[in-house]
Amino acid sequence: MLRLMTPTQPEVSAVPTPPPASNPLFPFVLQLADTSLILAHRLSEWCGHGPVLEQDLALANIALDLLGEARSYYQYAAELEGQGRTEDDLAYLRSAVEYRNPLLVEQPNGDFAHTIVRQFLFDVFHYELLIELKAGPDTQLAAIAEKSLKEAAYHRKWSAEWMIRLGDGTPESRQRIEKALRTLWRYAAELTSPTPLELDLHTLGLVPDYAELQARAAAYITHVFAEATLPVPTEAFRQPGGKLGRHSEHLGYLLAELQYMQRTYPGLTW
Amino acid sequence: MNNSEWPLWEVFIRSKQGLDHKHVGSLHAADAAMAVQNARDVYTRRLEGVSIWVVESKHIHASNPDEAAEFFDPAADKVYRHPTFYDVPDSIKHM
Repeated sequence: MLRLMTPTQPEVSAVPTPPPASNPLFPFVLQLADTSLILAHRLSEWCGHGPVLEQDLALANIALDLLGEARSYYQYAAELEGQGRTEDDLAYLRSAVEYRNPLLVEQPNGDFAHTIVRQFLFDVFHYELLIELKAGPDTQLAAIAEKSLKEAAYHRKWSAEWMIRLGDGTPESRQRIEKALRTLWRYAAELTSPTPLELDLHTLGLVPDYAELQARAAAYITHVFAEATLPVPTEAFRQPGGKLGRHSEHLGYLLAELQYMQRTYPGLTW
Repeated sequence: MNNSEWPLWEVFIRSKQGLDHKHVGSLHAADAAMAVQNARDVYTRRLEGVSIWVVESKHIHASNPDEAAEFFDPAADKVYRHPTFYDVPDSIKHM
């Protein structure tokens, strides 16, 4: 899909391991790009399989929003890196261990409740992060955040309403939400746990204070869970790793599908 | 109709230039709030509108197509009902 809009550079893209980037913002922007792309791909897997036509479209809309956001980040990342790689090279020709998305977004769709819980936990964080990036010192990142914030605000509204409907719905919908929470809650903390890179960028003022962001996200989650009559999980177990390149087995399968065309037919356009 | 199916809603959208909400189609939703959101996702993806109305289809009462002849045909030959037989004075603008 990205190929459609950009010229191809098969010669450059044939080399998957880049030289180390000099701009410290590059790996962070790449992390944002990976996060949006992987979640967009997961949501796109619902296309044609949604529980009803209206929600099938809603899921596809969100997927396309996130894909658009990912493209902006990849284009900026390619510019920051300055090694001649394009957005497509970054999206399609890196291996799983090079991806920096948090583990939450690569988790499989499961049932609709599972997708809603994954989406809600991400949306709450995404919304708060974009508010901070929009006010941040990097003008390009601020511009992308400003555009994406309106979309993210709607995503959060959509997934929050579904949390409430399913949590405070029928015994079956509630049981499915609770099951999804038991599986996915452990991945939420990684979103607001800074990596060494993010801590360094925070001291430079380029990445927001994640502790403050976490507090705001937690307050919103508590508010929505109260309406959904769901107890906020107290499970202490946390599973980080994705932002450091340590992924679950799911990412490999996802990338195999996502990258298949460019790997099989390098430089393919359509 | 299957009882587990969500009720049908009619969707009306007002475009940026438009003054009136126009009927654009229908959809299924569990309640009004969901119907508005679904309408946003189904019918405003290409900048079609700036305002959405939804109304549950069961609340719309329609004329009977079988009665169309007696309902509408009698108006066909009554041109005098159009206000086109008046001389408008020149001093009246914007008529």
